[in-house]
Amino acid sequence: MIKLYDYLLSGNCFKIRLILSFLNLNYEKIHIEFYPSEEHKSENFLQINPLGQLPVISDDGFILRDAQAILVYLASKYDKGGTWYPVKNTDKIGMISQWLAFGDSLTGSASAARLHDTLFYHHFNIEKCRAMAHSQFRILDEHLFFQEELGNDWICDGVTPTIADIACFPYIALSEEGGISRISYPAIRRWLDRFKRIERFVVMPGVFPAGPGP
Amino acid sequence: MVSAFQDPVILNQWHPISSLEEINPSEKTFQTLLLDEEILYKMDKENKVLVWRKGSRDENLPTKLAYGFVWVCLGNPPETLFLFPEFDEPNRKNKATGVIGVNTSAGRAIENFCDMGHFPYVHKGILGEEPHTEVKNYDVEISDEPDEVLATNCKFFQPRANVTSTKGVDADYIYRVPHINCALLYKSSIVAGKLDVIVLFVQPMREEQIRAHTAMCIFDDSSTEKDIRLFQQLIFGQDKPILENQHPKRLPLNPRMETPIRADKTAISYRRWLLNKGLKYGTVAN
Repeated sequence: MIKLYDYLLSGNCFKIRLILSFLNLNYEKIHIEFYPSEEHKSENFLQINPLGQLPVISDDGFILRDAQAILVYLASKYDKGGTWYPVKNTDKIGMISQWLAFGDSLTGSASAARLHDTLFYHHFNIEKCRAMAHSQFRILDEHLFFQEELGNDWICDGVTPTIADIACFPYIALSEEGGISRISYPAIRRWLDRFKRIERFVVMPGVFPAGPGP
Repeated sequence: MVSAFQDPVILNQWHPISSLEEINPSEKTFQTLLLDEEILYKMDKENKVLVWRKGSRDENLPTKLAYGFVWVCLGNPPETLFLFPEFDEPNRKNKATGVIGVNTSAGRAIENFCDMGHFPYVHKGILGEEPHTEVKNYDVEISDEPDEVLATNCKFFQPRANVTSTKGVDADYIYRVPHINCALLYKSSIVAGKLDVIVLFVQPMREEQIRAHTAMCIFDDSSTEKDIRLFQQLIFGQDKPILENQHPKRLPLNPRMETPIRADKTAISYRRWLLNKGLKYGTVAN
């Protein structure tokens, strides 16, 4: 049985809830209260992840931390169709890894801005976080525009989404909570909408389902 | 934009800045923003709470401890705060359930808290569910003594009305708005004849930026405090993007600025009440 150490309002935990739902896997949630009790910094939790970060999974006792690492692991092991992380397609794996790192880097920009505005993490330099997020969004928006021109709906080439899309989705979808508007990124907005229409997509507080579709 | 110093209604008011649970017991100094001013606060070793403006360490601001929160006034403090007698009733759990930042005005947050119409859409599967979307007629009055907006006989179908719910119920609600930025929600509890109270105390940081302090005063033996907090965070997390997308962010007090429907009776009375008080801060008049 897979156990997910989870926090409701965490975008990084949301990545794992998304892949578990897309792959239709049963799992048990263990709530770790990030705010206000900072349970992720508690003695007990530090035994599980000495970095004091969420998410963490335990798969029959195999413990893994880091949202991107968990995405790679779950997709490689459980995706029978082999589309979310096609291990044999080396070019695509390279491209996915590049965007996984990009998704991770949003934790220091768009996610930090959201923590600043929502949960009062005042040690972040909010203007810097927002500026960094905008420069990242611009790069992704341009990339997605050219993907659309080539007939690709997703971040990486091909007809199906990959874990790169999952890694980038949460903190972009939640960006307005950190005062980062997406109004200037039309390709991103179209991609968010396509993402929400993936079968078995789930929501979290702050993220709504797609409107009535075409 | 209005400065709080041009608005005696907002200035001469007790404002919540923190739950006691968050600062108790600690020698740490905390910082926040109230009416555009940087405010520092701490609880000392004798459990005394001190609040001061940044840069004026020696001048303690008027402070009040009530209902589990620290209240501060930047102008002339009113003699009393509204009554909340349930807080002191035996067998109730009084719990601060967390504070969340929202980029909106205090009035918009209070109004959203008192609105049942959004339950089936924003809190789908919890506080409401399609097709049970009708807000049945309810009563609203602005009373003089106590000075508050009161909505009674509110009924709404809720799949999961509170943290212990296992099936849908027609929940009975009463809303009280006894303070320009505070609202109390009374709803059926597990004890017959007694009502649970859900509390929203809003701290206006700026005209369009708030801290929403939430607390509960409830009868509940089974849930852990963590479960209760998570439930509140779930609900507020769902409200946040809706609140942040309302325009203008400041609350329109002129009745012709937004078109209400019957379900908005509480909001209409609340706006009229604020208009009569002459509140400027965080509102739009024209």
